[in-house]
Amino acid sequence: MAVTPDDIEIELFLRALQLRHGYDFSQYAPASLKRRIVQLSHSQGMRTVSGLIERVLYEPGFMSVVLEGLSVPVSEMFRDPPVFRALRDQILPVLASYSQVNIWLAGCAHGQEVYSLAILLEEAGLYDRCQLYATDFNDAALLQAQEAIYPAREAQLWSRNYTAAGGAHSLADYYSARYELIKLDERLRRNVIFANHNLVTDDVFCEAQLVLCRNVLIYFGDVLQDRALNLFRDSLRRGGFLCLGIRESIDFAPSARDFSPVDAKLRIYQLGNKS
Amino acid sequence: MTAPRAIAIGCSAGGLTALEIVLGGLDPRIPSTILVCCHTGSSDVEILCELLARHTPLPVVEAAERDTPRAGTVHVAPSGYHLLVEHDGRFSLSVDPKVNFSRPSIDVLFTSAAEAYRASLIGIVMTGANQDGARGLADIRRHGGLSIVQDPADAEVRTMPQAALDIAGADHCIPLTAIAPLLNRLCLS
Repeated sequence: MAVTPDDIEIELFLRALQLRHGYDFSQYAPASLKRRIVQLSHSQGMRTVSGLIERVLYEPGFMSVVLEGLSVPVSEMFRDPPVFRALRDQILPVLASYSQVNIWLAGCAHGQEVYSLAILLEEAGLYDRCQLYATDFNDAALLQAQEAIYPAREAQLWSRNYTAAGGAHSLADYYSARYELIKLDERLRRNVIFANHNLVTDDVFCEAQLVLCRNVLIYFGDVLQDRALNLFRDSLRRGGFLCLGIRESIDFAPSARDFSPVDAKLRIYQLGNKS
Repeated sequence: MTAPRAIAIGCSAGGLTALEIVLGGLDPRIPSTILVCCHTGSSDVEILCELLARHTPLPVVEAAERDTPRAGTVHVAPSGYHLLVEHDGRFSLSVDPKVNFSRPSIDVLFTSAAEAYRASLIGIVMTGANQDGARGLADIRRHGGLSIVQDPADAEVRTMPQAALDIAGADHCIPLTAIAPLLNRLCLS
């Protein structure tokens, strides 16, 4: 089948990102990626993706615009409340048996899941023995995650989620509202280290008891998904837990063999209970 | 004509009844895979699948990430995620921002399916209260696929089929009850 001009442009654009800036998106799932790239070109007022290539090559600072466009960090606090309820009821009691707990939130974007988990840990009385590593490949997103400022219009949904997840108080106890914004309590990040880490190219950096990586691998092709799962396996202690997005499928990944489901429907897995 | 590899159906307000009628009228021997994107507003796609399964001889399942669409099976987009057909023909999901205030968005499904199936695709836009699906249907036509739009006069809510007619145009603009017979003819004769 003939390759269409827009597919050629996408390929050249990705090649330019890699050669000029070292970012490799070639193993991402193509359909979503293409949609984001086309959207990025439109938002930059261009008719074609080719226009992006020149700017990626020659315009200082444009790469951060590209990263922002290609990562599109959308999330909410306590998204899929049953998952957080299961973490609270089933996983945290296990973590409580350790004197020091490391937790890696991979692809943390704007930090909503980081703070959701931080609240769970606070309410379980575990926070002070936990070290949370929140990573993303997008520095701008990491900065926003650190600021923990979100649109106030989100608060209603997030409060509902929090309650459905079995929250002990009111979500409003954890933020202050001003004008159209809410800011989460700074104390929630006292044990959080925000760091740049790219699941495509970077390696193991900690030994964790829990890895949370929800709705990140859905953007990866099979090879990259397997790489990330390998990375999670190598980062987890034996018996450690992995929590993915509830519609993610790891059935096709060879490294999925190393994980067994704790709650298959909620995509919570445990390392090394099968072998 | 040879049967198209896939039939992609998009609907919104009033869509459940419309889907029951269309899927209910399909010949069980139909060899195409059927993709459904319906803005139900419900968070539980399992219930939608069960409801639809009562009305059609075809199996109805939720479209699962990395799964390969099956012939003669109805695959329904999960709520809260965009459903896409990848270049290798398998499903992928995304939590990118809403498109046309919708996730799943019909445009996202149609545009990706158009690229995956090219001319071997039928796109259908039915009743609904927004403009989702119109651009995707235009993409389907641009890649050589066939466009069917429910006659707006016949639709419970006419906005969506009207937008599809205005932006994409239709090879067939027909009432709801005529859609399944047309699909049976196109796919089995």
